[in-house]
Amino acid sequence: MAEMATYTPTELLACVAAHILEDGKSIFVGTGLPMIASMLAQRTHAPNLLIVFEAGGVGPQVPVLPISVGDSRTFHRAVAASSMHDVMSTLQNGYIDYGFLGAAAIDPYGNINTTVIGDWERPQVRLPGSGGANDIGSLCWRTIIMMRQDKRRFVNKLPFITTPGYLTGPGAREAAGLPEGTGPYRVITQLGVYGFDETTKRLKLISRHPGVTIEEIQANSEFEIAPAEVPESTPPTPEEQRLLREIDPSGMVIKGR
Amino acid sequence: MEILREGQGELIGWHDPDEHRRWVRENKSRELKDKTMTVAEAVEKFVHDGDFIACGGFGHIRIPMALIYEIIRQRKRNLIMAGKTAVHDIDILIGAGCVNRVEVAYAFGHELRGLSPAGRRAVESGKCKVVAEISNAGYQWRFLAAAMGLPFIPARNLLGTDTFEKSSAKIVRDPWSGKPICLLPAAYPDVAMFHVPRCDKYGNAQIDGILVEDFELARAARRLLITTEEIVDEEVIRREPDRTVIPFFLVDAVCEVPYGAHPTQMPYLYFFDEEHIREWLTVSKTEEGTQAYFDKYVFGVKDFEEYLELVGGVRKLSYLKRVEQLRAPMPAQGGE
Repeated sequence: MAEMATYTPTELLACVAAHILEDGKSIFVGTGLPMIASMLAQRTHAPNLLIVFEAGGVGPQVPVLPISVGDSRTFHRAVAASSMHDVMSTLQNGYIDYGFLGAAAIDPYGNINTTVIGDWERPQVRLPGSGGANDIGSLCWRTIIMMRQDKRRFVNKLPFITTPGYLTGPGAREAAGLPEGTGPYRVITQLGVYGFDETTKRLKLISRHPGVTIEEIQANSEFEIAPAEVPESTPPTPEEQRLLREIDPSGMVIKGR
Repeated sequence: MEILREGQGELIGWHDPDEHRRWVRENKSRELKDKTMTVAEAVEKFVHDGDFIACGGFGHIRIPMALIYEIIRQRKRNLIMAGKTAVHDIDILIGAGCVNRVEVAYAFGHELRGLSPAGRRAVESGKCKVVAEISNAGYQWRFLAAAMGLPFIPARNLLGTDTFEKSSAKIVRDPWSGKPICLLPAAYPDVAMFHVPRCDKYGNAQIDGILVEDFELARAARRLLITTEEIVDEEVIRREPDRTVIPFFLVDAVCEVPYGAHPTQMPYLYFFDEEHIREWLTVSKTEEGTQAYFDKYVFGVKDFEEYLELVGGVRKLSYLKRVEQLRAPMPAQGGE
């Protein structure tokens, strides 16, 4: 990097993710960075972002960062402390605009693996599985994926598709029976932000983080990422950094301060 | 109905709905009777080797830990467990050798705290087998189908993925829309276990905060064991019947266990014991450490009360209460 950055990589990710979220929309979130990004968006440009948790918390005013998507912070001063059947049904019914997911690995169509590395029967590494990810990736309108990018994580073929992206390409989601007009929308990594090409449904670069080169981006992906003239991602402002410290005072997620 | 695709996962906990109705008629008493007993009695009477078990709550929230420790103490074996986002409970039951098969929506991880050394080691070495995959909504709807007395319920998740391929679901053509739709088979656990804030001696139980899938699971399970922070008078229940989540006729055992969810969180009452969870995640990195943990906290104590003393007693528990009620700062946690 040419200049010394005055922010940490995690702070940048949180801010980039927060910028994508819109006021007056609904979002299904997990804990960790997605939660922090949603809380930051609420405290900046999107005060009316409706946060919904898969275990039943609806519209909370989250006091401090929850540790789990079911902990009591997820329904603190909420509009409803409901149930999984209720919130998953609203998801299936089209009420949820955005869903936030993490991923161990992704393919060019935005399919995600969080289940196994190696053989399913006798795995090299057993990961936790779908959790609510398959439900969110199947049923919310737009999925946003946050993950670390390297050659083992941006791969041509996944050993296991836990959560659907665009499956095998255009039309594949609808053919499989998934709700029309849904699918992955953005992928945010430590190097840049990606969207999906409207015709091919393949991952495409839409911004690179300050100081990151196209070569670096390609070197950290097994599949080809078409070089494109893209803008730099907007870095965190001092005010955003201050808010992030307020949201995560113990530095549980925003590490490396 | 045209079957388009069938998942290859093992079908766990399914019964023909008529068989289940007969079982209910013969085995579930509608009598309003005192069901209080000790945790030891409840586990001895209702949990059998090979049973399919599930816990209420979610992850590290509202987990009936006194029952879990008792299952370990009584050395139950070959249990199948619902990984319906099962975290601490399933991890220690696998570590103790009680659970050797899991249907997984989410297991082998502790959310933000990282992956489970004990659970992962057991799966990666073949000691514990994943018999099927599913998602959180998928599991919860399997319980809903069972709670409704139906053989299956349709849903629009799992489609197009390996999560479906390794599930016990089927994809059919919806006779109305003509689109492919996923049919999730009903799941009737042999035993479900819950920890609740209050319950009367008959089993009428209230839950505060989010219900997660407890409403459905309580109605799907054949046997229902409840631990409660306190046993309240029937009058407390009848005064506010809208707060009853689990009515008595579903319940087989009621055990009074204050702080019975420790080290997991009890909404409004006490926070996660991060220190204790971290201790487990650290010692369970080795087989020896795992066994030493059980020797100390399960076999080395006479009951749950003695365990609570061992983990820090009144001082620790009142601290966890202050954190939960936002009167003390949340401890920093995560890795080491």
